[in-house]
Amino acid sequence: MAEMAHENGPGGSPPGPAADTSWRQRYWKKNLRMVVVLLAIWFTVSFGFGILLIEPLNSIEILGFPLGLWFAQQGSIYTFVILILVYALWMDRIDDEFGVAERGGDGERL
Amino acid sequence: MSDIQFWTFFFIILTFAIYIFIAWRSRVKETKEFYVASQGVPTIANGAAVAADWMSAASFIGMAGLIAFLGSDGSVYLMGWTGGYVLLALLLAPYLRKWGKFTVPEFVGDRYAESVRIVAAIAAIVVSFTYVVGQMSGGGIVFSRFLNLTVEWGVVLCAAVIFIYAVLGGMKGITYTQVAQYTVLIIAYLIPAFAVAYQTTGIPIPQISYGTILAELDALSLEFGLHAFTEAFAGRGSQLDVFLVTASLMLGTAGLPHVIIRFYTTKTVRGARYSAFWALLFIALLYLTAPAVGAFTKLNLLQGVQGASPDDLPDWVQTWGATGLVTVNENVDVIQTVSNNAASGADLIVNNDILVLASPEIGGLPAPIVGLMAAGGMAAAMSTAAGLLLVISSAASHDLYFRVMKKDGASERQQMLVGRIAMAVAIGAAIWAGINPPAFVAQVVAFAFGLAASTFFPILILGIFWKRANAAGATAGVLTGLVFSGSYMIYTLEVFGTSANDPIMGISPEGIGAIGAAVNFAVTIIVSLLTRPPSERVQEMVEEIRYPATRQERVPSGE
Repeated sequence: MAEMAHENGPGGSPPGPAADTSWRQRYWKKNLRMVVVLLAIWFTVSFGFGILLIEPLNSIEILGFPLGLWFAQQGSIYTFVILILVYALWMDRIDDEFGVAERGGDGERL
Repeated sequence: MSDIQFWTFFFIILTFAIYIFIAWRSRVKETKEFYVASQGVPTIANGAAVAADWMSAASFIGMAGLIAFLGSDGSVYLMGWTGGYVLLALLLAPYLRKWGKFTVPEFVGDRYAESVRIVAAIAAIVVSFTYVVGQMSGGGIVFSRFLNLTVEWGVVLCAAVIFIYAVLGGMKGITYTQVAQYTVLIIAYLIPAFAVAYQTTGIPIPQISYGTILAELDALSLEFGLHAFTEAFAGRGSQLDVFLVTASLMLGTAGLPHVIIRFYTTKTVRGARYSAFWALLFIALLYLTAPAVGAFTKLNLLQGVQGASPDDLPDWVQTWGATGLVTVNENVDVIQTVSNNAASGADLIVNNDILVLASPEIGGLPAPIVGLMAAGGMAAAMSTAAGLLLVISSAASHDLYFRVMKKDGASERQQMLVGRIAMAVAIGAAIWAGINPPAFVAQVVAFAFGLAASTFFPILILGIFWKRANAAGATAGVLTGLVFSGSYMIYTLEVFGTSANDPIMGISPEGIGAIGAAVNFAVTIIVSLLTRPPSERVQEMVEEIRYPATRQERVPSGE
């Protein structure tokens, strides 16, 4: 909660025009940083493990699957699903932190 | 009537009745309902609808067969057609939903210029139409095999049902019908897969148990003159090509108008994010199973013909032989080679497209499962066709007719009428093209992705993330991307009567989209920097789509 109050503006002063643009930049920066992290994982698992490193990884075998093949046909897809879920959950938190979540009149999430 | 025919009729009639009932319940009166289902579709339902829309006849019928013969390199389709959703979810869907318009060309028109909108609308129509034709002939194959109808009547019947629910219900009818179709197709896909996995390995989870048969499958494949299933880059030739094809399919997925449009139907920006998650989860259920189905069916197929003479082959060879999709060389003593390539001269030639539909028969499963499979294939073809027809209708009426030919505005009733007429015309054209498919349709469908990647994707991304991108840049970028990728495809393929040349550096025409996208990005950026920045108003619009809602001064403190 302390963090939320902090994001409302420096020292709790009423947000003027200057404060207004600063929250926008911070929100966008946070968003972009997260997207970059998630896309780095996206690239590593699919293009990295599933294509560029598939041959060395194939020398490791788990449950009959050569590991590179497993990443290319199974592991990358599991990762994609998790990445989108993490993105959606994380954005909910950032939206709340900055007070830009979509809410109805009673403050309930839409 | 055979058992299989009875069960096929049973499931197809049952599912068609459900679709039409749903459409009647959700018929619409307004354009907002017709194009974006009033932006009132619940998140999970929208996810299921996206999944049904996405998984076409090609995914359902074709993909596992393709992977069976491609082996390890089948991953280009698995990763390519799922990885794009990560890009869509993180980079496009929430922002386009916040923009809050009806169509993809409309976004492009608002963000850049009216001229770009017209180009985008025409591109959306061309891409969607070639795609629809593939669905129609996919539906035709199912009918001709299981119901002994001619392909022509199959296509007409399939189109008639789509016509009823799409014209009546618009996006709303289509969305709820697609939820039902997703349910049908995933059940139809998973039950035989689980049964075959259990039969072969004793573990009924195909995604896990197909690992245990890979060593045996590799040995058998080599014995019949095929490459080993687990060998990387044997199916497609080179690592570079696998990389580029995967990238092209991913970028194309994120740029295809009929997928993007589905994120306009959610209630909120947050809904668009979670819809993307549900959509990919639902899609992953089938895509994770497909390589297992491919591996099991190939193993059963090869074991079934091992050491057999042409007169002594399993029954399914006979039944599918009638469709011309399986051919046997009668002049050999024992089947020694198997291939999916008609030109290979192998003793037994099996078309990729029949592996899934024939998998219950190849695995010796009972007739109701075969019937369910047919209903699933129909659901996959029809759900995708309906979604595409809506894109064609909205691009033709909303983006072209009312912008170019009839600018002075129109009443709600007129707009609805034109939307419905556009859809009816599109269905008529699709029937005609489904019955007389142009020779190059199969190829064009695959290359729709390359073109979407090299045209739409870059200007959508730049339009959202870079305020400086302007109309001149976007126009130049789209045209260069289109010409670059298009000419490489024409250069390497036999289309429009041109002769095929060898690909440059082993880059197949499916993989050129990734390079086309890079070219488009570069051109859009350079031309934008050399010309005037977009207006203040446009820049402010780009700023606004970054925030889901207006900032509340007091953050609710979670009491």
